[in-house]
Amino acid sequence: MEALTYFALLLDATLRVSAPLVLAALAGLFSERAGVFDISLEGKMLVGAFAAGVAAHYAGSMWVGLGAAILVSVAFGLLHGFACITHRGNQIVSGLAINILAAGLTILLGVTFFRQGGRTPQLPTEARFTPITLPGAEALKDVPVLGALWSELISGHNILVYFAYAAVPLAAFVLYRTRFGLRLRAVGENPEAVDTAGLSVEGLRYQAVIICGVLCGIAGAYLSIAQSAGFIKDMTAGKGFIALAALIFGKWKPVPTLLACLLFGFLEATAARIQGAFDLTGASDAVRRAAEALPFVIEALPYILVVLLLAGFVGTATAPKAGGIPYVKER
Amino acid sequence: MSNPLPLWGGVGEGAGEFRLRRMVQDAPDLIPGVKHTPAQAALGEGVDVIPPAIELRHIDKRFGAVHANRDVSLAVQAGTIHGIVGENGAGKSTLMSILYGFYQADRGEVLIRGVKKTIARPVQAIAAGIGMVFQHFKLVEPFTVLENIVLGVEGGKLIARALAHARGELARLARDYALEVDPDAVVATLSVGLQQRVEILKALYRGAEILILDEPTSVLTPQEADHLFRILGALKRQGKTVILITHKLREIMAITDRVTVMRRGEVVAERETRATTQEELAELMVGRKVLLQVSKGAARPGAARPGAGRLAVEDLSVVDASGVERVKNVSFTVRAGEIVGIAGVAGNGQSELMEAIAGIRRAAKGTVRISGGAAHGNARDLRRQGLAHVPEDRRRMGLVTAFAAHESAILGYHDDPAFTGPILLDRRAIVAHCAAQMRDFDVRPPDPHLASESFSGGNQQKMVLAREIGRDPEVLLVGQPTRGVDIGAIEYIHRRLIALRDAGKAVLLISVELDEIMSLADRILVMFDGRIVGEVQADKADERLLGLMMAGIDPRTPREAA
Repeated sequence: MEALTYFALLLDATLRVSAPLVLAALAGLFSERAGVFDISLEGKMLVGAFAAGVAAHYAGSMWVGLGAAILVSVAFGLLHGFACITHRGNQIVSGLAINILAAGLTILLGVTFFRQGGRTPQLPTEARFTPITLPGAEALKDVPVLGALWSELISGHNILVYFAYAAVPLAAFVLYRTRFGLRLRAVGENPEAVDTAGLSVEGLRYQAVIICGVLCGIAGAYLSIAQSAGFIKDMTAGKGFIALAALIFGKWKPVPTLLACLLFGFLEATAARIQGAFDLTGASDAVRRAAEALPFVIEALPYILVVLLLAGFVGTATAPKAGGIPYVKER
Repeated sequence: MSNPLPLWGGVGEGAGEFRLRRMVQDAPDLIPGVKHTPAQAALGEGVDVIPPAIELRHIDKRFGAVHANRDVSLAVQAGTIHGIVGENGAGKSTLMSILYGFYQADRGEVLIRGVKKTIARPVQAIAAGIGMVFQHFKLVEPFTVLENIVLGVEGGKLIARALAHARGELARLARDYALEVDPDAVVATLSVGLQQRVEILKALYRGAEILILDEPTSVLTPQEADHLFRILGALKRQGKTVILITHKLREIMAITDRVTVMRRGEVVAERETRATTQEELAELMVGRKVLLQVSKGAARPGAARPGAGRLAVEDLSVVDASGVERVKNVSFTVRAGEIVGIAGVAGNGQSELMEAIAGIRRAAKGTVRISGGAAHGNARDLRRQGLAHVPEDRRRMGLVTAFAAHESAILGYHDDPAFTGPILLDRRAIVAHCAAQMRDFDVRPPDPHLASESFSGGNQQKMVLAREIGRDPEVLLVGQPTRGVDIGAIEYIHRRLIALRDAGKAVLLISVELDEIMSLADRILVMFDGRIVGEVQADKADERLLGLMMAGIDPRTPREAA
């Protein structure tokens, strides 16, 4: 029974850890399916997290924080769009620049505003997204398996977690069933087809970049005003890149991407849990060192998996064909 | 112009185009449900009341220093097939892009059915009933046929209804115009001919009354091209107007009613097709007399040095990166003093065969020998033994487009002591060498410092040929020597290849242009699905036979006869 509880808690943590990954990966999915590669998911999450922390502190409201995160993240997305869509710049270079800008700017502004080493002030509970107890969670707590599942695993997350998981089927619906989705996928595969059909390549790509900004903003807000009680410098800690890895692992499709996020989230949760969890008294030096290294190995697994995938060892990943290429009308 | 709407029947039947013309005439029998055309019906009631389907007046367009269209005026009658011919860079495509709203004319106006229209964007062209089938298809490859058809005209926020509607409409169009294609097939899996059908369907689904096709047969087998012409014939009979842009004069003669000739951005002539000849059109296009058929003497293979073939390919197989066998047990020889042509529809292993012979792609098995020497697989060794290679894709493999002409001129020979000291390149020698080649091969402009990409297709090809022929090779491999090259340059390139043959060299020519193969080669090998289907002596080859062989059928084999 103890093992079962341990596992349930691990899954519970997985859901929480994966939520920002899911949001960021979906953000990347919209952008990249439209043909705009985006390695600046990380930077946009970071500025989003910072804006959320600052706004929630001053306004005392998490909703204002969320709104600010979205606005700032979209602004950075538009910057990427302006460089890559309007001026046909290199998408990787622009993304890299945005990441650097985000890392520097959040620290500079954080230190300037609050003088707490890049932190934003600790938020009170009223200014944070807090866990929601779903109806019936208390009553069903003692019902074996299903009841426990409901109250332990499903219930008790903040609203952004629920939003993240609801966004997956929503994204799939938009992508595969709507006019907008059809056009979005088309512009990522062959913008010329879109252009000759009388549609605006730039318009569609800008819409994609804006959606990407919104989702990154929410992911950032999740980090600073839901999962934590304030912004800490560099708090994204590579989550944007893990999300990107999950997107590639999920072959740019919503549901596989969700599964990849959950896998990577699970690995992260596991790594966090086994850190210092072993009783190493009396163990040899080698064992001790291996045990200390293990969490880091697990945390590195997502990247290793992606490298294997890209090298062709785990199936194949076909990126949107027009991804990364600025659209220039041919003569 | 006594009759602006000439019918199919009764048009002069010149020898070459007879077969195609008859096929189009036969089409009504092949296509059930074809009605009489409104255009035909209108003939009796006075024609002048029908305004032209399209009228362009004084169109003028410049791109920087390039004057792409100069005061172009053109009228296309409704219900006819109108050809536009001209060399590359004559301004045909620019003109059609203006008509389709891709570019804005600097001056001039466009009238559709007698009404002046502003076409600034493709949507406006589509709304005016103009559909365009580009040379390079504008299809989304991972999408199904239906998804491609509805893209841009979904008619609602969700696509389910649009897909259902398109499915019904497609069935109707398939019936009316012999345009069958599986609506649920993923476009990437379709043959080029079928993809082209999808493009035509896309245009018709959008209600196109006027269909513009840009070089539509460049990727088709003769049989596929015939089918396309039957479709165009059916479209015309239903009252649609077709504009056909092509450089193949035979096609112009076979299916158009009128033809406009463009040269250097201007309309230089307009003719009724039945009142002109291929020779006249060619002369109008180029501005001087051209020899369509290169004159050449009989091949004297082995005369220079009898015995073994200069190029001997034995039991060669090539497997591509995804494990598919592209070339299957191919053996042949090319003797000194002959041109051997390899015909086939693009994608049947010719490219892989050529790359394997050139040593730039590893063969799974088999050998390639030059002049009876040892078998080597390495491009460098083969070159040293006297192999020269004019690759199919000159922009990707023949030149470095960003390099200056003189830098491209020594690609692969940059370590020749004539061009380089121990460390530094001898720029002056290289530039002088390039200038000499440019004079020899009539490259224009003869400027060794100009970037390779700034030259026209024909001049780029001359530069590659100059580099490869200039090394006095024993064996020349040449792929698609005249793709995207204008007529004047084609004639020149063909003459150089024949001169090389007459100098006792072995030439292996790979081309998807049947005309080119038939006029240059002494022997023709036909490739299908990685195999050599058969060999034909050039003087015994005709298009029908080669066309069947290109589809994998050798009508001369006993199996076929039985």
